[in-house]
Amino acid sequence: MKFLFDSDTWQEIYGSIRKNKIRTLITIIGVLWGIFLLVVLLGAARGMENGFNKLFGNFATNSVFVWTQSTDIPFKGFQKGRRFNLNTNDIEALKSEYSKEIKFLAPRNQTNNLVIHNFKSGNFKVSGDYPVLDKIQKKKLIYGRFLNENDILSNSKVTAISEDMYKQLFDKDVFPIGEYIKINAINYKVIGVYEPSNTIDIDGDTAYIPFTTFRKVYNKANKIDWMMITAHEGTDIAQMEKDILRTLKSLHKVHPDDKRAFGSANLGENIGKITGFLIGMQFLTWFVGLATLIAGVFAIGNILLITVKERTKEIGIRRALGATPKSIRQQVILESVFLTTIAGMLGIVFGALVLFFIDRALGQGPDAVLINPTVNIPIIMIAFVTLVILGTLIGIIPAHMATVVKPIEALREE
Amino acid sequence: MIKIEKLHKSYPIGKEALHVLKGIDLHIKEGEFVSIMGSSGSGKSTLLNIVGLLDEHDKGDYFLNGQLIKNLNEKKAAILRNKFLGFVFQSFNLISYKTALENVALPLYYKGMKRKERLIVAMDYLDKVGLKDWANHLPNELSGGQKQRVAIARALVTKPKVVLADEPTGALDSTTSDAVMDLLKDINNEGMTVFVITHEEEIAAQTSRIVRLKDGVIISDELTKVAKVI
Repeated sequence: MKFLFDSDTWQEIYGSIRKNKIRTLITIIGVLWGIFLLVVLLGAARGMENGFNKLFGNFATNSVFVWTQSTDIPFKGFQKGRRFNLNTNDIEALKSEYSKEIKFLAPRNQTNNLVIHNFKSGNFKVSGDYPVLDKIQKKKLIYGRFLNENDILSNSKVTAISEDMYKQLFDKDVFPIGEYIKINAINYKVIGVYEPSNTIDIDGDTAYIPFTTFRKVYNKANKIDWMMITAHEGTDIAQMEKDILRTLKSLHKVHPDDKRAFGSANLGENIGKITGFLIGMQFLTWFVGLATLIAGVFAIGNILLITVKERTKEIGIRRALGATPKSIRQQVILESVFLTTIAGMLGIVFGALVLFFIDRALGQGPDAVLINPTVNIPIIMIAFVTLVILGTLIGIIPAHMATVVKPIEALREE
Repeated sequence: MIKIEKLHKSYPIGKEALHVLKGIDLHIKEGEFVSIMGSSGSGKSTLLNIVGLLDEHDKGDYFLNGQLIKNLNEKKAAILRNKFLGFVFQSFNLISYKTALENVALPLYYKGMKRKERLIVAMDYLDKVGLKDWANHLPNELSGGQKQRVAIARALVTKPKVVLADEPTGALDSTTSDAVMDLLKDINNEGMTVFVITHEEEIAAQTSRIVRLKDGVIISDELTKVAKVI
C-alpha cells in the first residue's frame, strides 16, 4: 500500500494522464455520465415521490369513505331500490366491533347554503363535523382554532371558514375571529380561518360547524350522510373496508351480496397504485443508472486496454529500465481507479447541480411537480464505492495485458 | 563479467523453429569495450537481448557478474536489469512525454530513489553528456544526437556493470556518430564494460574487441588496433 502515498507514483500517473488529454477526457465522460444519470434520475424519482407525498400529505392515506345509495337486491321483505341512511348507532357499532382497526371515525352531514356577512354573501358548503376531522384531514389555521369537544357538547353556533370565504365575505381590514356570519338565517360566530389545502381536498370551501349543531339546525335526528374512517398503521385497509360494509349490511338489513346499497371509496387502494408506480419508477431508475454506470466502467477498461496497446513500447522501455511487472500493473490499475474516482466525483457534483436547478425550476411553489429532488448520501457513497471497485477490477485486465508481453516484444513494437 | 557457454536460441515460426543462435561461447571481462558485428539475421540482436535479460535462451549457460541466469521470473529479471545493465537503443526509446531530465531519472525511480535525490543524480549525468542546458526539453525538441546522449545518460545513471548498446549510431549521421562513440569510449575508459552491436566497420573499429557473428555462430573474435595501442 506504500506506493499509494508515494508522490512519485502520482507523478507518473499525472504524467501519463496529462499526455493523453483527449483519452482522459473521453474516459472521464463515460463514467461521469453514468453516475450523473444515476444521481439525477434518483433525485428526480425522489422529487416525484415527495410531490405525491405532499399531495396526500395532509390526508391520512389509509382512509375509507362510506355512504349509502339504494338497494339492488330485495331482502327480508324489503323491495329492491329501498333508500336508507347511516345513523349514529352504526358509528357506535363500528367503533366497538373494530376497535382494533379503527383509529378515527368521522361521521359527517353536509349541505349547501347561502352564507351572509353584512352585505356580502356566497353559496358554500356547510358541514357538521366532529373535531376528529382535523386528525383525518389536517386543517392549517391562519386565525383562531378548529372545532373542539366543547363546541360539540354545548351545540355552539360557531364555525371555521376557509380563507377564500373570509376574503369573499369580509372587508379587507376586518379581523374575522369573533365576527358573525349568517347561514340559513342563523348567526354563527367565526372561530377560525383555515388555509386552502393544496393537496387532495374533498371539501373545498366549507363552513365547518359542530356536528351536534348541524343535527339540530337541519333536523337530522340520528341520520348521517356519510363517514370517513381512518385505520391504524399496518391495518389491511381493503379488508377493513369489506368487513365494515358487511357489518353495515347486516345492521341495515341489506342482502350481503348487494353491491349498490353502500358506496365506498378506499383512498389507500388508489395510493397503493401510485406507490406501486413510484416503486416501478425507482427500479427503472436504478436499472438505467447502474447499467449506464457499468457501461461507463467498461468504457474505461476498453480505453485503458487500447492505451496499453498504444503504450506497449513505453512499457517495454520502462521494463528494460528495471520496472517490475508489479510496478507496471500498479500504475495501470491506479490510473484506472484515479480516473473513475475523478469522474465519479465530477458526476456527483454535476448531478447535484442539475438537481439544484430542477429544484429551482420545478420544485418551488404550491404547484411544484418535483419536491426536494435529493439523493441519499449513503446511496451515493455505495454507488461511488461500487464505481471505484469496478474501476479497479476493469483496470486489472489492461494491467495484466501490459505485463504478459515480453519486454523484447514490447520494444520491437513501432 | 559476461560468460556465455554453448548458448542456443530458436524462435518458433509457425510449426517450424528458426534456429538463431547455434552454440555461442563468449567471455567478456570487466572493463572491456566489445562490439558484435554481423549482417542482419546473424543473430546479434538476439544475443544482445539475451545478454540484456530481455529474452531467454533455450540451451547453454549464461553467467552475468558470476550469477547463473536461469529460469528468471520477470520480477527478478527487472531487478537485475536495473542493477547491472544499462540500455542504449538504436531508436533512442525515450519516453515522449517526459523531459530529458525525467527520462534520465526514470531508472532511479524503479530503483526506489527519492525524487529530489534522483533528479540531482540525473542532472549530474546529463551534465556528463553535455546536455545540462537541455534538461527540461522534451525528446521531440532534441536532435538525434542529443536524444542518444540522453539515452546514454539514462543507461549510465544507475551505475550499471555493463552498458548494452544496440546499433547506438544507426540513426545518426557520421559526425554525431563519432560524438556518441567518443562518449562510449569515455565511459569505457572509466572502467565500465561496454557491449556494442553494430554492422558498421568504422564503429566496430573504434572498440577494442570485435566479435563477428554469422548465421548464429561466432566466426572471429579479435582485438583491434585500439586495444593494441592501449
